[in-house]
Amino acid sequence: MAATRSKSGKAVSANGPTRARAAPRTIVLVATRKGAWIFHADAARRQWRADGPHFLGHNVSHLVLDPRDGRTLLAAAKTGHLGPTVFRSTDLGKTWKEAAKPPAFAKAPDGQAGRSVDHTFWLAPGRAADKDLWYAGTSPQGLFRSADGGVTWEPFSIVNDDPQFREWMGTVQDGTPDGPKLHSIIVDPRDGEHLYLGMSGGGVHETTDGGRSWQTLIKGMDVVEGFGFDPAKPTFHDPHCMRMCATNPDRLYQQNHCGIYRLDRPSDTWARIGRSMPKTVGDIGFPLVLHPRNDNVAWVFPMDGTQVWPRTSPGGKPAAYVTRNGGKTWQRLDAGLPKSQAWWTVKRQCMVADACDSVALYLGNSGGELWIGRDEGRRWSLIARHLPEIYAVETAELR
Amino acid sequence: MKVLIPSALRSYTERGEAEASGATLAALLADLDHQYTGIRFRIIDEQDRIRRHIRIFVNGEQARELSQPLAAADEVVIVQALSGG
Repeated sequence: MAATRSKSGKAVSANGPTRARAAPRTIVLVATRKGAWIFHADAARRQWRADGPHFLGHNVSHLVLDPRDGRTLLAAAKTGHLGPTVFRSTDLGKTWKEAAKPPAFAKAPDGQAGRSVDHTFWLAPGRAADKDLWYAGTSPQGLFRSADGGVTWEPFSIVNDDPQFREWMGTVQDGTPDGPKLHSIIVDPRDGEHLYLGMSGGGVHETTDGGRSWQTLIKGMDVVEGFGFDPAKPTFHDPHCMRMCATNPDRLYQQNHCGIYRLDRPSDTWARIGRSMPKTVGDIGFPLVLHPRNDNVAWVFPMDGTQVWPRTSPGGKPAAYVTRNGGKTWQRLDAGLPKSQAWWTVKRQCMVADACDSVALYLGNSGGELWIGRDEGRRWSLIARHLPEIYAVETAELR
Repeated sequence: MKVLIPSALRSYTERGEAEASGATLAALLADLDHQYTGIRFRIIDEQDRIRRHIRIFVNGEQARELSQPLAAADEVVIVQALSGG
């Protein structure tokens, strides 16, 4: 029914006053080595208000908004020398409460050396239909699940203690400098029993029975050359970031230690689409971002993977690269970014896209700068600087 | 008995000193966790190991095992390293 205007100017209908629907507001959630911030945008995404720091001094690995209620935040945190935990807010960060039972490995039998969680690294909400279900990936590699919105966490599936998985995971010494990680937990929106995950190191794995059994998904993925590593062994694979297309759950993209890949199910063989990147830039990096509505569009932010692997922007010239045809070709996107002497590192959780009509990218670098790439990354500008080293960036629309 | 709490853990206790009881260090920490939910896991990992940068002293002597016996008059000090950058 059409609304009319009352004398006071407020919208009214036959059923009484109605409230004009507020325009969605974009927020960017920034997790850093020394705390977390929430940046609130105006409607044009031009003015930003910083809310923070939250947990000043804590290492915050990931800060995620529950898309199912638009209010609940989970933060994976650890104070440098204390054990890890998860904090939860149900009022968008006004107040926080610690998880009653944070992710923790099972106690090992007497006489055996058990593992302990160093930090929770990755938080992933379950499907829209599975209210309060969350998954967490940890360092060292562990998979956990919460069925109560993040209040209590339990080890999930066979992954944590299965001897074969443990062999693939290796030891802490085999992992990345700040610890081996289980990440990229992806739930198929059509089937809650169908999950993917990545392990650095340890490869990509898939379950179709809710975690009772897992299949490796590493065909087509390259391993570091020159050491005789067997590509058939998950141990030697290091996926950095894996994403599923929102509009096509049968299509996944992956940024790996050894290239950029695409997988179209039911195929089980990854195609190295990074071969078409410029040779002077290469296809090494950490984040991978997908378009919210087009499964042919993906963005990466290449890092230098030559010689001693500085993992900085190649040549000191930061740039995103986009493919608009599923990886056949790539275009450089650096308008607004520094043209030289900018030795950025952008970690795997540090670049995302929003779902606005005109899609914007957001990235955080290790120098504490938060950037927005308007018009699908064609025009970059700074949102904030002087933050601590940025560990993760997420975005959401508040309605 | 009296338990001195390091600044990093005062978000749980809201003060630098707590009262807790137990015949062993393990029991004392369980009582502390009962009063201040979550504090134990920040100090002790899931394999019952004292975390790497945490030290616990009983009457000035470093405790290395959770099975260490305690008496009611003991003073327990939890110390957290402040190293880092």
